[in-house]
Parts: sequence; structure tokens; C-alpha cells
Amino acid sequence: MPIKVLVAKPGLDGHDRGAKVVAMALRDAGMEVIYTGLRQTPSSIADAALQEDVDIIGLSILSGAHNRLCKKVLDAMKERNIENKPVFLGGIIPEEDYENLKSMGIVDIFGPGTSLELIAKRIKEIVKK
Amino acid sequence: MDYKKIKEREAKWSEATLNKVLKRFPERKETFKTSFGEGIKSIYSPLDVESEDFLSDVGYPGEYPYTRGVQPTMYRGKLWTMRQYAGFGDAEESNKRYRYLLSQGQTGLSIAFDLPTQIGYDSDDEMSEGEVGKVGVAIDSLKDMETLFYNIPLDKVSTSMTINSTAAILLSMYMAVAEMQGVSPDKLKGTIQNDILKEYIARGTYIFPPKSSMRIITNIFEYCAEKLPGFNTISISGYHIREAGANAVQEIAFTLADGIAYVNAAIQAGLDPNVFGKRLSFFFNSHNNFLEEISKFRAARRIWAKIMKEKFNVTDKKAQMLRFHTQTGGSTLTAQQPMNNIVRVAYQALAAVFGGTQSLHTNSYDEALGLPTEESVTIALRTQQLIAYETGVSEVVDPFAGSYYVENLTNRIENEVNKYIDKIENIGGMVKAIEEGFPQKEIGEAAYRYQKDVEKGEQIIIGLNKFKSEDEAKNEVLKINEEVENKQVEKLKKLRKERNNDAVNENLSKLDEAASSGENLMPFIFSCVKSYATVGEISNVLRRNFGEYNESIIS
Repeated sequence: MPIKVLVAKPGLDGHDRGAKVVAMALRDAGMEVIYTGLRQTPSSIADAALQEDVDIIGLSILSGAHNRLCKKVLDAMKERNIENKPVFLGGIIPEEDYENLKSMGIVDIFGPGTSLELIAKRIKEIVKK
Repeated sequence: MDYKKIKEREAKWSEATLNKVLKRFPERKETFKTSFGEGIKSIYSPLDVESEDFLSDVGYPGEYPYTRGVQPTMYRGKLWTMRQYAGFGDAEESNKRYRYLLSQGQTGLSIAFDLPTQIGYDSDDEMSEGEVGKVGVAIDSLKDMETLFYNIPLDKVSTSMTINSTAAILLSMYMAVAEMQGVSPDKLKGTIQNDILKEYIARGTYIFPPKSSMRIITNIFEYCAEKLPGFNTISISGYHIREAGANAVQEIAFTLADGIAYVNAAIQAGLDPNVFGKRLSFFFNSHNNFLEEISKFRAARRIWAKIMKEKFNVTDKKAQMLRFHTQTGGSTLTAQQPMNNIVRVAYQALAAVFGGTQSLHTNSYDEALGLPTEESVTIALRTQQLIAYETGVSEVVDPFAGSYYVENLTNRIENEVNKYIDKIENIGGMVKAIEEGFPQKEIGEAAYRYQKDVEKGEQIIIGLNKFKSEDEAKNEVLKINEEVENKQVEKLKKLRKERNNDAVNENLSKLDEAASSGENLMPFIFSCVKSYATVGEISNVLRRNFGEYNESIIS
């Protein structure tokens, strides 16, 4: 069975080039990808993850709202008892926020310039665990 | 010119001189290509511009088809406006940054609003959580706008506002602040972005479905033609289309196709393109490919002039001119070795100047890392000042004219753009094309292709896939105080207690009626704003009437 990934854009941010390119690359790497489109609330993302029973969730945020939004998505997942599903993050994320995000439960963060190959490789590693 | 002789000589050169060298020393790559995938030859000569007619295709600046620029003197008369897009946190902080930039020689303001303001949510709305004051300044009501322009005389500056879905509201607030300063609307100069079509294509701050959005836009055109003659009522933007992954040809094609849709909508609303055509402005990107970008700007001017003249029978010269703002390419900046971005920005800015831009924003080198600091913003502004005052390029108009390569590329871009425009016309115009997802799909595919070229090393990015360095110094980024959100929420609470709520409700219900009746919305929004109705309250009235747009996912 292929790895099933949910690529989501939480919040009001409209920068979706990265999310779409990553979605296409993961599809080409043999994964099943669901892309939510823009402006998803944390609860709608958690709902989608539950309904689609995905293996892993990728969030894309370039608006600077990552700290708050990641926390809310993770909380919404907890409420639905799916906190075991790993969540990774991409976008413009200042390095000083990495520690806080990882301690919150974000498994990996991919900044600008990360290669698509590396993202696909990391996802495979994370899901295998 | 004796083309026959040149042709013979060029064939001889190719065989005797070039091929001899190529046999021993092959070129660096098998093929050389433009960003839109066309081949580039090693040299260009008069043969490559043989079909071009100097007088009708290139001509003179300030004259149709404006290939060489919209003014006869260009930067010898007046330098471009140096306009840095800025705004963050709350109105007080942004007001400080604006006054700092003006004191440093910036000549126009460019307001960045936060996402809730752009999408019509108040700071205390659930949808706004975490976003307040992040990518721009938070504006909830006229109160915030008064603070934003505190001590900035609105008859002295020109102000550009990056605002689309809620442009009618923010423009009304701007007029209200001017009124308080005793400045009459006809003295106001500036631009509202007000380009909703590219929001569906690439930028994402839409609220309503396309048809209702187009109505609001034509309402603004109509209202401003009378009240705000000095204001550009739309900035038709290719910037975000390029950032989303489009190549240079797609950037111009989709932008001008959007332009055609606006002109059609305005004509249908009974407006004269000779009049409102003068208030249309454009906004383009400047990426790394130096000569291609220069050619792109020249081609865009010529294509638009022809569209206005030939398609819309516009005779007013000003309404035929494509005037544009440029911003350097945000997506070309790297998080790796960020100082290199200063150099990238300088080349991109230089291309925009050679391309004849009317105003320019230069990006800060640290924007792939986070929000720019005051230091990085200052370097970006200084980059423009260096070009303007030290390099000498502003002393002559369109110096690349007559370059065989640039003229040839200008012509090729024009041809490719026209092919796209025809395709969109065949679909039924841009609104229909967007509903079908055509430009979105084209851009998505181009973005993916580009990324794959980067991964394969075919597209070189210094510091990222070539000349990498291991130890990266940590960079300071601007931190937005998380308190901004609480502060805005408190201010809103206070406002809702202190304002005359009866007046607010009355104005909102009048707007509600106007929205359903088809009247021009502007006067009603202006009344709402003046009674301190909030961005969210006004937007919600319109949401109830027009509904909300949902992106269709194209996979």
C-alpha cells in the first residue's frame, strides 16, 4: 500500500506554490497525496486526516502564524485521538522557532531550498518508524 | 541594409570561424534556453530583427506603441518612485516604519496589510487567530487607519495599498483620513491593487465569487473616476503569478488577459475606456534572467498599447500606456548564504530600470528567513539609490533598444504572449479560464518543472545546488510581538462600546440593501467606514449577499 499523505494549508496564507510542488513530487514518488486547498481551519485538517486515514500530514505556512497554527492542528488531532499520526511542516520558518515546534510534536521542518528528494525520503523514514 | 550580404557573411562565419572552434572546444551546455523554453543562439545580428520596423515597432519613448517607455524623457525627467512595501504589527509600529522610510529618502508609501484585513476578518474573529499583524499591519476600523497615517500629510505622499477583496473598504478609510486632515479627495495620489482575478489564480486572498468581485471592482472604477481622479484604481498584477511559478511569458500573458477582462467589465458597466484606461496600472516581477526581463517589460508595453488601440479602439494616449510598478523576485531569494540575495536584488532592480519601470520595490536579503529587519530594508532601498545616482543608467532612455538580441527577444516574447492571450479568448475570457483552472494548471506545471530542473542541477542556484557552504551564520529576523493580537482585540472591544452603534447598524443595513439592489456600493461603504464599522462587519454584509468562493482543487 502506498503511503498516504495529507498536504494542508492552515490559516489564511495564500502562498501555495510550495505545497502544490511538494504534493506533485510526493505523488511522483509513488505516494497517495490529498491536497486540501487554501484556508483550512485546524479542525477541518484534523477531520480530513481522520476521514482519509492518512499516514502523515504536511502543513505549509509562510505567513508567520506557524507557532499558533501548528499548536491548534496538533490539539485538534489530539481531540480526535489521532495524535500518533506524524506532522511535518514546510514554509518560511525562522530557525529560532524550530525547537519550540519540535517540542510541540512537529516531526520535521523543511525550509526554502529543501530538495523534493529529501522530503520524500524523510517521509518514508518517518512513516516506517 | 544589405541583408543578402549579411546572410552570406554570417553563413561563412558560422562555417569557417565558429564550427572550427566548436570542434575543439564545445560549448558549456548542449542547449541554451530562455525561461519559457525557447532556444538561444550564440549571436544575434540584423538578420534576427529583419522583420522589425524601427518606426512602428520600436519608435520613440512617449509615443505609440511605447516600447521604449511611457515618457519621452524617462529617468532624465524624473527618477522612478522608490516604494518599499512595508507594514507589520499594529498601526503605531507601521506608522513609525513609514516615517523612518520617508526620512531615508523613500518617495512613496506602500502599505502591507495583514491577512485578516485582506480577507475581511476582524482581529477577534476565530479565522484570524495567529495571523494578526503578521504579514502586514492589522486594520480593523478607521481608528487604526488614523493611527497608521499619523503625521503623514496625505496630499504630499503617494500611497500604494496592497488590498484586493477589501479594497473598497480600505480606500474609503484612506479618504476618510484625508478628510480629517483637510485634504480633498482630488488631491490624493496612489494606487489600490484591487486585482481580484490574480487572487484566484495565484495569491489567494479572495472572498466572493468572481462575478460579484468584478462588480465591486467596476463600482470602484466608476466612483473613483469622479471623486479620485489622481488614484490608480487597479494594479493589474503579474507579480504573484510569477512568484507562483509562471515563466516570463506566462507572467505577461495572464496579467494582460486579466487586464482585458477588467476593461471588458468596465465597458459593460458603461465606462469609457479612454477615461478609466488612464487609471489602470500594472505590477510586474523582476527575476534573475537579466536580458529576458528587460525584453519582457518592453514587450508588455507594446502588447498592451496594441490591445487598447486595436481591440478597444482607445485613442487617448495615456489610456494606451502601460505604466507599471516592479518588485524584485521574492522566490529567487535563498535561505542559504542570504547575503548573496543583495546581489540578486541589485541585478533584478537594474533590469527593471532598463525595462522602464515607474516605481520599484527591492526585496530585503533576509526574506527567505523571515520578516525583514530595519537594517536589511535599508540596504534594499540603498540598492535602488545606488542604481539611480551612481551607475549612470538613468541618464539615457531605453539603452538596450537596437540590441539585436534584446529586440529579437522582445518580439519573440510578444508572439508567445499573444498565443496565450488568444487561447484564453478562445476559452471565453479570463474569468471563464480561471473557473476552468487553466492558468492555475499552467502555473503549477511550470513551478514543478522549474523545481525539477533545480534538483537536477540544470537550473543553478548559487549557495543552494552549487558553491554550497557548510557553516551558515545565524540571521536575525524581525519578531512580531504576539501581544499585537491581544492589543487589537482590546481596541476592538473598546471601539464597539464607544462608537454610535445605531449609526453603524443603520449604515450596514443600507449597504445590505445596496448590495442586493445593484447600486454602486462605494458611497455606502464610505458611510459605514466613517461611523467606525469594522472591516469584518462590512465584509460580512457583503458575504451574506454574494456568498464565498471556494477554490477548486486541480490535480
